[in-house]
Amino acid sequence: MKPMNEMNVSFLSCSANESFARAVVSAFVAQMDPTIDEISDIKTAVSEAVTNCIVHAYRDTLGMIYITARLYEDGGVQIRIRDKGCGIEDVQKAREPLFTTGGEERAGLGFAVMESFMDDVLVTSRVQKGTTVTLKKKLARRRASND
Amino acid sequence: MNDVRLILKEGTLTALLSGEIDHHNARGIREAIDETAGKTKPKELILDFSRVQFMDSSGVGLIMGRYRLMQVLGGSVTIANLPPKVEKVVSMAGLDKLVKFEKGVVYRETDE
Repeated sequence: MKPMNEMNVSFLSCSANESFARAVVSAFVAQMDPTIDEISDIKTAVSEAVTNCIVHAYRDTLGMIYITARLYEDGGVQIRIRDKGCGIEDVQKAREPLFTTGGEERAGLGFAVMESFMDDVLVTSRVQKGTTVTLKKKLARRRASND
Repeated sequence: MNDVRLILKEGTLTALLSGEIDHHNARGIREAIDETAGKTKPKELILDFSRVQFMDSSGVGLIMGRYRLMQVLGGSVTIANLPPKVEKVVSMAGLDKLVKFEKGVVYRETDE
């Protein structure tokens, strides 16, 4: 299915950009007339994915984070968050709740939150190449058409 | 915007949290609480979330870290006034056995 709208944004992996990433994605998705809960879920999931890039993918270094968001006629939202960082050796292990390599101040809930707040979470990763997280959510449409 | 105000009263340290708690902002909040708690050694640490507009799992890490700190100090942690949106994230961590939850208690800076 062809998206009815699409946007791309890229930014450096400074932690100050976590709020920027949430804001830019929620501003783009706003045209779909989402509920407060839906937008809150999306913001939280994006925040988790971007934080993973900053804390893990580009640990002790800085690199670019690329976000592509697509909106579909049927209320579908797809957000892809990509980095060119260190990659994840064992994706299945990384997705386990409470597993973290981020130290004592990290809860290890990043992927669990993404999975719980979105309909679908796809993770592809290659060590030393980078990671792509694709988040999908179908919004309950409150309007028949988007003009 | 994103800050923490601390009130110390009769061995209880209350942290009034506000704004957005993410990985970026959690550091400043953590440092402020830990510095004061380290100096004053409170018996109880109350984290008041009533003015928090956004929180991701970094906030859960913040709670878990403060729980460990209060364990070292021989005190307890209370989580107060979680907004529904924040509660959704916190509930995933299963913190019920570690900290106390309370609702509807108003903490103010000028609480004399």
